[in-house]
Amino acid sequence: MPALVLVFVLVVLGNIEPAHAIPAFARKYGLPCSACHEAWPKLNNFGQVFKDNGYQLGNDRDAPIYQQPSYWPIAFRITPNWHREHDSALPNDQSPTGVSGVSTQGFDLSGMDILAGGTLHKNITFLLVPSADNQGSFHFEAAWVRFDNLLKSRWLNVKFGKFELDNVISEKRILTLSQNGGLYQAYHYLPFVDPTQTGSLVLPAGAPGEIGVRSTAFGLGDNQLGLEVSGHSRNSYTRYSAALLSSTDGDVGLPTSRGYDTYLTFSQAFNAGSLGLQRGGAFAYFGQSPTRFLTQSGNIVPGTGFGNRNFYRVGVYGLIYFKKLDFMPMFTHAGEDARLTLGFPSDGILPTGIHNPTWNGTMVEAHYTATPQFIVVGRYENIRISQQLFTASPTDLGNLNSYTIGYRYYPFMTSRAGFAIHNEYSRVRSVRTSSLATNETTDSVFIGMDFIF
Amino acid sequence: MKNLALRLVIVATTALLPLTGIVYAQESHIGNLTGHAKTGKELYGRFCVGCHGPRGDANGENAPYIDPKPRDFTAGTFKCRSTPTGSLPTDQDLYNAIDRGFNTTAMPSWDPLTPQTRADLVAYIKTFSPRFAKEKPDPPINIPSEPPVDIASIKRGSELFQKLECWKCHGQEGRGDGPSAATLTDSKDQPIHPYDFSSGSRFKCGETNADLYRIFMTGLDGTPMPSFADNVKPNEAWDLVHFLRTLQVGRPSPENNVLKAAGGRSILAPATEQQPPAAAPEKKGSGGN
Repeated sequence: MPALVLVFVLVVLGNIEPAHAIPAFARKYGLPCSACHEAWPKLNNFGQVFKDNGYQLGNDRDAPIYQQPSYWPIAFRITPNWHREHDSALPNDQSPTGVSGVSTQGFDLSGMDILAGGTLHKNITFLLVPSADNQGSFHFEAAWVRFDNLLKSRWLNVKFGKFELDNVISEKRILTLSQNGGLYQAYHYLPFVDPTQTGSLVLPAGAPGEIGVRSTAFGLGDNQLGLEVSGHSRNSYTRYSAALLSSTDGDVGLPTSRGYDTYLTFSQAFNAGSLGLQRGGAFAYFGQSPTRFLTQSGNIVPGTGFGNRNFYRVGVYGLIYFKKLDFMPMFTHAGEDARLTLGFPSDGILPTGIHNPTWNGTMVEAHYTATPQFIVVGRYENIRISQQLFTASPTDLGNLNSYTIGYRYYPFMTSRAGFAIHNEYSRVRSVRTSSLATNETTDSVFIGMDFIF
Repeated sequence: MKNLALRLVIVATTALLPLTGIVYAQESHIGNLTGHAKTGKELYGRFCVGCHGPRGDANGENAPYIDPKPRDFTAGTFKCRSTPTGSLPTDQDLYNAIDRGFNTTAMPSWDPLTPQTRADLVAYIKTFSPRFAKEKPDPPINIPSEPPVDIASIKRGSELFQKLECWKCHGQEGRGDGPSAATLTDSKDQPIHPYDFSSGSRFKCGETNADLYRIFMTGLDGTPMPSFADNVKPNEAWDLVHFLRTLQVGRPSPENNVLKAAGGRSILAPATEQQPPAAAPEKKGSGGN
């Protein structure tokens, strides 16, 4: 049992990805965190413009030649924390029914980000983020170079490498950190496969040496590998980006296929007087993923995926300000080929009663920024399946509701370092997804000391 | 009795007059916008306090590491104004400064902030100096229409550049390396560098020809750059503008085109023989950006 709880905790916290806020920039320019962040890591429009300009203020002092030679654009972030997790239907051998409610709690660590970013030269920008999970296992969360203001135009910037998609509602700058609350469900939701229906599903045999498998668990909040063209107006009221991405969900080493995905986004802001800046936007991601691989001795040969099938995510969102109170509504629609959901070889004929699943998401996140040093966050999110994978499945199978509330208090606000005391509670309830086909609820309580230097 | 009442009204009105100034200083008026110091105070803490300090006296935590030093608002002296030298700036001047930022300094353009936010900041910045409660800014200087750029105008400007001894600070080629350049300080005894025209970068107080005209007709209060309003006639000022643009050698401009077509720099007034470095000018302002 203790081992099970330990595994549970590791799985829970290993997934937390610290967000981006970069004191290296604050130190370079002598600006407090609050200049660029509503409350770090959430950007305000000044920060958005700074980011859109390629981490440049445009004062003819952006190039590194103007920095002290000893200046080193490095920052790191980690969050020591205490947290409690509860799962109402955790599978385990000790329960007579095979599942039971399980809670665990204790002191812990988040993962850690090392953030190195800035300019290599005027109008050549970089970001490198080696990131560790809470076990200290590193990967490259981001690594890109950007050519800014090509043809002397803000409307033409080209980024190359691994980067966050141009999501104005950024998961890398999310203000909630717990297991449940530390992500946007709409960005990561994948359809639930009804276990009561898969018993009769017979996967067709592939050609010799080939197997069918779902190759990626895509997340719109995950950093992706590719090339992005973007542009913006002088004050970033108007923004666009278009990206061509490898179909690997950001995994390095070309592990799947030779396919490419596309991401498009556009947003427009307008000034509403004393209420503040209002923004609306839309995005669309069109992706593909292989359903078959060549194998050697029964093992997948990386990079040989084929039989690609499609998936998509589209959405609209807003940033609506009423002075210190703001709302971020977002509505999404998503779908994917049933073969991806099932890991069903693309050349097999699907049995009757199977459809390409589609689902809709609604999210409203609200913030009350009492001062630059205190912000209250609340979020409600739901996912509703609009087309079940199996016709015979209950219509509400896999529906999801998520609630998160918390606050962050920043005892000081300087240009040298950031520190936040973070309290949060979050609940996720999914319908009929336990192994007993009952509803499953997970709760997270999180108290963290979030610091970045 | 009637006289007594009248006197009381006059005395009370007189006593309250300074308060009207304070009320005025708590607000800013930029076009249709009205900025409020109360709102601006919080915004100042968010955006400005790191350099300009909580008291507006240029003693923010970053001030020791910044060159040039941030503006000391308590002195009520500002470089970039549309008003004559010695006068307070208008609210619009302060708003423009926040909007534009100061090139080659730590002060960025705050254009991404909403106009209301910038207006509120202006209102709060004005509370740091008692001058804003006691004085009103003079009317902005008049900037006449710019005459056409021609070689005669550039030549006259070149002669003025020698006559007014602009080169002593800015150097004969406008590189900011005149014989006095190394000795210049502002009123806070901080070293200050003359503008290097050859860089072609934006001026601190704007980037158009009209901005350049305004700069030497109003002067940059708080720096050794004086106002030439009493020494230069408007048409001469435009001549100087046209010549100064030719010092921005790498910057495409009508002035550079005209000069090139006329045969280049060799046709301009011969450079005055450079003198040994002069002592630091006595006139000092409040310094900073």
